[in-house]
Amino acid sequence: MTDTQLDTSTKDTASPKESGVVLETRGLVKRFGTNTVLDGIDLTVHRGEAVVVVGPSGCGKSTLLRCIVGLEQLDGGQVLLDGEVVSGEGASVRSKETRQRVGMVFQSYDLFPNKTVLGNVMLAPLKVQKRDKTKVMAQAEQLLRRIGLWDKRDVYPSTLSGGQKQRIAIVRALMMNPDVMLFDEITAALDPEMVHEVLQVVVELADGGLTMVVVTHEMRFAEALADRIILLDAGHVVEESSNPSQFFSNPQTQRAKDFLRSFEFERSRENE
Amino acid sequence: MPGAEILLEPGNITRLLGGLWVTLQIGLISIALSIPLGIIVGMLMTLKNIVVKIIMRIYLDFIRIMPQLVLLYIVFFGLATGTGLNFDGITSSVIVFTLWGAAELGDLVRGSLESIPKSQYESAQVLGFSRFQTFAHVVLPQAVRRLVPPSVNLATRMVKTTSLCMLIGVVEVIRVGQQIIDFYRFQYPTGALWIYGAIFILYFLICFPLSLASRGLEKRFAK
Repeated sequence: MTDTQLDTSTKDTASPKESGVVLETRGLVKRFGTNTVLDGIDLTVHRGEAVVVVGPSGCGKSTLLRCIVGLEQLDGGQVLLDGEVVSGEGASVRSKETRQRVGMVFQSYDLFPNKTVLGNVMLAPLKVQKRDKTKVMAQAEQLLRRIGLWDKRDVYPSTLSGGQKQRIAIVRALMMNPDVMLFDEITAALDPEMVHEVLQVVVELADGGLTMVVVTHEMRFAEALADRIILLDAGHVVEESSNPSQFFSNPQTQRAKDFLRSFEFERSRENE
Repeated sequence: MPGAEILLEPGNITRLLGGLWVTLQIGLISIALSIPLGIIVGMLMTLKNIVVKIIMRIYLDFIRIMPQLVLLYIVFFGLATGTGLNFDGITSSVIVFTLWGAAELGDLVRGSLESIPKSQYESAQVLGFSRFQTFAHVVLPQAVRRLVPPSVNLATRMVKTTSLCMLIGVVEVIRVGQQIIDFYRFQYPTGALWIYGAIFILYFLICFPLSLASRGLEKRFAK
């Protein structure tokens, strides 16, 4: 790991196939009224793997992450962490415990406005995990230094840029030492020039071996990051590929071709 | 100036200050009781339980629609004749002002709790906070920031409205002023201006710092 990379401390860097399944969904179903948003999603995420979920707006990408982290009640299926059912039929683990094992970063950062940067990143480890303050502080310093925001530790979120807020939101989630990180369109609310700084952090985390599921509309980022890519449409997995380059250059399904065509203009502009 | 000497007559200022102390007692005790009750009322108002919602709505609307004077008459005269419960003037005033303060503050608490974005609750949840921890560490501190300025305004309104208590026989600052004016009406026919002027200054001395504090907090929390 280089100096600019983020050390997630608790992660190993074994290859996905060697290290087993961390997160699994089995037949996940979620409805809002009569609208079935997720219709039997089976997803397996191995340790150290970066799974990227793409798809058109409203296809259920964000709902999938919300179901995994327990923000939505399931209408069917199960979520398993390390083989243990944490949500759905047969769940034996309290949602509060699940959430400490799964970190999530939202599109809109959602830092606590009444806390300083340091207050934001240290609150949950101290109050939820009841960890030693000195150790929490040391971890906060290490992570904030790595993202270049240690000097902002005493300021309030309202004085930070969108990109800075999002990077702090990532650190806040990492402070819980989660088994899996979920990123839900984390650059969607950012100005274009701030997108890169945030995506760079995520790429470094993935390179560092952090297990993650990423929902994004940034196709180049998806291609660069993904160990595996999943196209979701109308609540179904339409295409899944362990070869992201192939997925983008030669998708196997018509739906994937149609979806990717919508990004061709962007790509052709970039190539000019 | 003619009539100003009324303020220099022995004991008058002391009597006015005594009346002010009664005003302050009613105001401060009512505010102190309204704060915990108002927080509870506000939290109950945010519950989804329809029965609780209806009860809280009726309570709030009843208190809001009814003039404070009528509430004072109901508690002071109505309860005594209707149920035999005999409260003295100050106790009746504290009951009415507490009921009023709790209802109004409750509505302010409800508003500030509901103004916290859902995403704040969710980001606390995904960090593993329990409902209580979410409330204590994330929601309440933010709600208080929004709550303090209007609450201070409510407190000044409550202090000012205690002047109605003289109508149920409470000898608060205005009632004392009237007694002094009556007593000296032949000696100082224009004394009313000076006594009410003094009362104005006394109210100002209590309420202006509250108003300043409210503005200061508003500025501080706007950051």
